[in-house]
Amino acid sequence: MFSSTKFNFIIPIISVVLGLVAGAIIMLIFGYNPILGYQALWNGVFDSGFFMSETVNRITPYILTGLAIAFAFRTGLFNIGAEGQVLVGWIASVWVGTAIDAPTILHLPLALLAAGAAGAFWAFIPGILKAKLGVHEVIVSIMMNYVALHLTNYLIRDVMTDNSESTEQVKQTASLTNDFLIGLTGSRLHLGFIVALFMVIVMWVILERTKLGYELKAVGYNQHASNYAGMKVGRNIVISMVISGLFAGLAGAMQGLGSFGTAFTNTAFSNLGFDGIAVALLGGNNPFGVILSASLFGFLKVGALNMSTAGVPNEIIEIVIALIILFVASGFIIRWALLQLKKGERK
Amino acid sequence: MLDILYSLIPQTLFFAAPLIFTALGGVYSERSGVINIGLEGLMVIGAFAAVTFNLLYADALGAMTPWISLLVAMVASAVFSLLLAIPAITFRADQTVTGVAINMLALGFGVFMIKQIFNKGQTEFISEPIYTKDVPGLVDIPVIGDMFFNNMYITSYIAIALSFVAWYVLFKTPFGLRIRAVGEHPMAADTNGIKVYTTRYIAVIISGALAGIGGGVFAMTISLNFSVSTIAGQGFMAIAAVIFGKWNPLGAMGAALFFGFAQSLSVVGSSIPLLENVPQVYLLIAPYVLTILALAGFIGRSVAPKASGVPYIKGSR
Repeated sequence: MFSSTKFNFIIPIISVVLGLVAGAIIMLIFGYNPILGYQALWNGVFDSGFFMSETVNRITPYILTGLAIAFAFRTGLFNIGAEGQVLVGWIASVWVGTAIDAPTILHLPLALLAAGAAGAFWAFIPGILKAKLGVHEVIVSIMMNYVALHLTNYLIRDVMTDNSESTEQVKQTASLTNDFLIGLTGSRLHLGFIVALFMVIVMWVILERTKLGYELKAVGYNQHASNYAGMKVGRNIVISMVISGLFAGLAGAMQGLGSFGTAFTNTAFSNLGFDGIAVALLGGNNPFGVILSASLFGFLKVGALNMSTAGVPNEIIEIVIALIILFVASGFIIRWALLQLKKGERK
Repeated sequence: MLDILYSLIPQTLFFAAPLIFTALGGVYSERSGVINIGLEGLMVIGAFAAVTFNLLYADALGAMTPWISLLVAMVASAVFSLLLAIPAITFRADQTVTGVAINMLALGFGVFMIKQIFNKGQTEFISEPIYTKDVPGLVDIPVIGDMFFNNMYITSYIAIALSFVAWYVLFKTPFGLRIRAVGEHPMAADTNGIKVYTTRYIAVIISGALAGIGGGVFAMTISLNFSVSTIAGQGFMAIAAVIFGKWNPLGAMGAALFFGFAQSLSVVGSSIPLLENVPQVYLLIAPYVLTILALAGFIGRSVAPKASGVPYIKGSR
């Protein structure tokens, strides 16, 4: 009855339901009405075109960071450094977007490319260290995150501007925003979602339709067997991290060229990269699954802002998301429980 | 020159103390084979518990408040660490992913509770923080007295002393040997009658308790209040200290002291003649870059406990 592909669908769905139920229970314990709370969440997104557009703008970078982490996961790597790669991609896109004059057809692709390249480079470092020296990519990536945070702050304050906390707006020729969409929704809805959806297809093609993707997956499954079969394990690790970093860098461009049109100093992380871990896991590390889970998280995050109208602190959604990840990660026990239930029915 | 040391050394110890406590916790968890990416979240819980308790009971407890708050922080984080231990040990969940979830959960929970209790996202400053003290007698020693015993936080001394205790327990007691055995080769340990799951649970709870103290010390000496950005990366710094210190309590202490030194340089560096022209960014990123270099083997190779990150499944080969 339960094949393993079926579990891949069932476990995320059960986890989301359990997460939302747990959120409702917490609301009840603290004397809130969970129905009103979740209603406010829903209305926070679907009541106005403005917030629906904001939700799309939120989903777009989630798709890309989700892809980044899913791609690395599929090849047996954990790119916890997406956070830093987003930041360097963000600033690279804004740099090209403000410093260069060119027609849109050149300027926009160039800015996107710069973001992808910056993210790829930031991921290359943990990749090469893992491939050549066997250093665990998680720790190096975490360190790279902090280097990115301080470095981008420095670049914004001391290099790109004269001690200002934010750069200029990117030139219209590099912007992802579009007057027609802005007029339609009154929000900063931008064309980044097309880039994100295109990258979903790119990831699927690489993984499922190319020799490179086959090798990357093989290395992810079993390094020793791949090595024995004549694949270059180290090279594949580096390539995988670079592609993953490219996705994350593009997520930064979505913010830099789209949602904000500028780069600003941060005291803490944007959490796009860390949330991407949740997106990837819930999406079963599948590019199309990532679209669904990114949509769910984007919806939850934007809707949460409206929950204060029902008196509920929006942190409840952070708790729900964290619990969803815990449940997905504990898939083994959910699977076990389901099989026990099935056995019980047969008797 | 001496003036610089008089300001640098106490600052270093001041910044390093929370890192030392948390890193010691990290050493115990990782030595038992459980990667604890959740240290950051456990520190958040420690900071939250310490600040909340401190604010609520300062009137009743007076000067004892910070110490009891620290105890509360320790217990709260130890309990919270079960949320890491249960999935990571019993449910065989991916330890890194679980740790990431713990970080999110702790932050969401902490701020949610602050809003419940104080009706706002940021607490007031605590009225009973941990105060600096001169060490009687020792402070009168020339030069050294001013460097190490003048205007110091007693928590810094406790942190350093605890590192030696932690080292002794881990390397010189049967209990420590069990923790290390379970982290290196759980199956061999199991065959020898060591309870792998129990040992790992104890190690993770110890790491929770220590990270709770770390968060509490941070909140009551450095930040003095609690908000969403109180603990911003200290937990990850502690993880870096664990690795930089090669999974040894004394090494972790040394690494934490070094990070504290780098941090104090970035604060007081502008007043040091040699460093005033160095952009602050270099000092800010120094701890992270050095950790990467350490990992890459330029400062002596760090090798993780062998079974770190691998759930143990009884009977599997």
